[in-house]
Amino acid sequence: MTPLGGYLLVAALLFAIGLAGALTRRNAILVLIGIELMLNAANLNLIAFWRYSPHPELLTGMMFAVFSIAVAAAEAAVGLGLVISIYRHTRTTDLDEMNRMKG
Amino acid sequence: MSAVFWILAALTVLGGLAAVTLKNTVHCALAVTVAFAGLALLYLQLDAQFAGFAQILVYIGAVAILVVFAILLTRGSETPKQGIFSRSWFTGMTIAAGVFAVLGWAVIQSSQVLPDETVAPSVTVNQIGNALLGRYVLPLEIVALLLTAALVGAVIVAMHEKGESK
Amino acid sequence: MVGTLDQIFVLLKHWIVGLLPPVLQPVVGVLLSVVAIIATFPALFALTTVIERKGLGRIQNRIGPNRTGPLGILQPVADGIKSLTKEDIVPLNADAAVHFLAPLVLVVAVFLEFAVLPMGRNMVLVDMDAGLLFFFAIGASTELSIFMAGWSSRNKYSLLGAMRAVAQMISYEVPLLISSVAVVMITGSLSLVKIVDAQNQYTWGLPHWYIFTPWGCAAFVMYAVAATAETNRSPFDLPEGESELVAGYFTEYSGFKFALFFLGEYLGMFAISGLGTALFLGGWSAPFSFLQFVPSWIWFFGKVMLSICVMIWVRGTLPRMRQDQLMNFAWKFVIPFTLLNLVNVVVWRFMGEGWARWIVCSAIVVVAYVAMARIGMRSKKIAPRSYRYAE
Repeated sequence: MTPLGGYLLVAALLFAIGLAGALTRRNAILVLIGIELMLNAANLNLIAFWRYSPHPELLTGMMFAVFSIAVAAAEAAVGLGLVISIYRHTRTTDLDEMNRMKG
Repeated sequence: MSAVFWILAALTVLGGLAAVTLKNTVHCALAVTVAFAGLALLYLQLDAQFAGFAQILVYIGAVAILVVFAILLTRGSETPKQGIFSRSWFTGMTIAAGVFAVLGWAVIQSSQVLPDETVAPSVTVNQIGNALLGRYVLPLEIVALLLTAALVGAVIVAMHEKGESK
Repeated sequence: MVGTLDQIFVLLKHWIVGLLPPVLQPVVGVLLSVVAIIATFPALFALTTVIERKGLGRIQNRIGPNRTGPLGILQPVADGIKSLTKEDIVPLNADAAVHFLAPLVLVVAVFLEFAVLPMGRNMVLVDMDAGLLFFFAIGASTELSIFMAGWSSRNKYSLLGAMRAVAQMISYEVPLLISSVAVVMITGSLSLVKIVDAQNQYTWGLPHWYIFTPWGCAAFVMYAVAATAETNRSPFDLPEGESELVAGYFTEYSGFKFALFFLGEYLGMFAISGLGTALFLGGWSAPFSFLQFVPSWIWFFGKVMLSICVMIWVRGTLPRMRQDQLMNFAWKFVIPFTLLNLVNVVVWRFMGEGWARWIVCSAIVVVAYVAMARIGMRSKKIAPRSYRYAE
């Protein structure tokens, strides 16, 4: 297995772990943590492909990853703001209890 | 594949696993911070210095603290009554396992055509600056607008509404 | 001879490394530099605790510690023995793992910050291309350890202190970064070695330090304010307000862990003062061109100790700021001022050499200060001072 394959496998594993966390945990904040893990796995993929690309001096992969980090931070902020706002209304962060639009 | 890579990969994956399986929410947040740190070190190993330091600054220095504050403000550190996994946990696990199987199969199948070691690129911050204001100026400005919108939006969403009982 | 004294540590390291086979040379070279840093800064920490207690004592019209050794110089030894032999109490309900890890994370992060500071000519541990970014990235990680300390103690007061400390540190990180960006804009590099080299020039015997320029002076003042807030020093030490929160986020720590927190806090002060001297005060360069015979590392450590003494002086002089006053100050004055300073730097750069740019940039700084500080920060909710006399 080439080094690039190693990095891609680690990224795939991290993505699957993040996906499992986002789909199976009750707490809304842990779902957001899972989403952050997925975004990070994608970033690792980008950087690994950039490193082993034929033209790394074009900086495409690294720039993509840096922008992705910025956007992920913004999305985490908005997502957590939403969770806090919902908590204030329903007094719970349990996603299984938030399965209605009513209230 | 060097020993450093294996250690860092193990650190990252264990951090991620701990983040989705631990019972205490704050422990999960700290475990995901370890995963972020492991990833930053992996970026440094891949000669992407700027991305590595940006990862530490943004993820560990801001996102992790944000998550921790949100956990504290929503009393997430109290253990829930019905357990930590939701009712449909089996479906979720199956889907995640399926996704990993597909991705892993794709990587292993294509390991012959993946490029091998190339010369380490020497990227200076000067080049990154020039690229950001040259080739990538449009994404830069759009990300700036996006961050402003996210900032204002997050404040408005999380603000106390007038007249609402606390 | 003068050059030898200046480079004496570098030559010593080369000599020791030269005695070993080539296989071990890189590892031992780095290890020697790391050991030198780990040995020097805690020794400076010990000296600083004495200076602080004696200095604060004199400011408060009393003598500081004077029993251990002549003039109380052996006080750190006594403190060290005390903290090593005290019982390590961990509360029953506390989260043991996180409680144990919090001081470790702080000390490791702070020691990592020293890796990019140029302490003399050719005396930097790692000359990173993005050295300044590395410093700030590691500095952002110290906030997490404070939160870990406050939360793991399961104590309302510790948690409150930790939340206040983290909120304060996050608010003041933005002015710290933006005032450093002003220096980066002029130098054109994030590498601290290049920033110090750019300041190592002399015109008519006076150095080109950035603090002697209008934008540099404003940026340095903002940096000093933000640095004092980042390290939780008075007047921004509400998180460890001794009269309000017992000891804030390290209430439940005793013995060696408390000593580690103390060490981490003071080393953080050294690191941020070191960065401030590298960015604004010219790092290891001498103040006048005829003083260049004095070794460069003496200038660096001298400037760092001067900054520490100024911090101690400020601690003894100013009263503590309230949390909302602190946050107000950060977001409503310091951040707009630093952003305006960036515009100032651009004006300086594009006006070209000459005396005109000095006047224009100084005018911008003065007008901005008067407009924002004197007029903008006047709080309308404070009533005029009234006096009530005892009847």
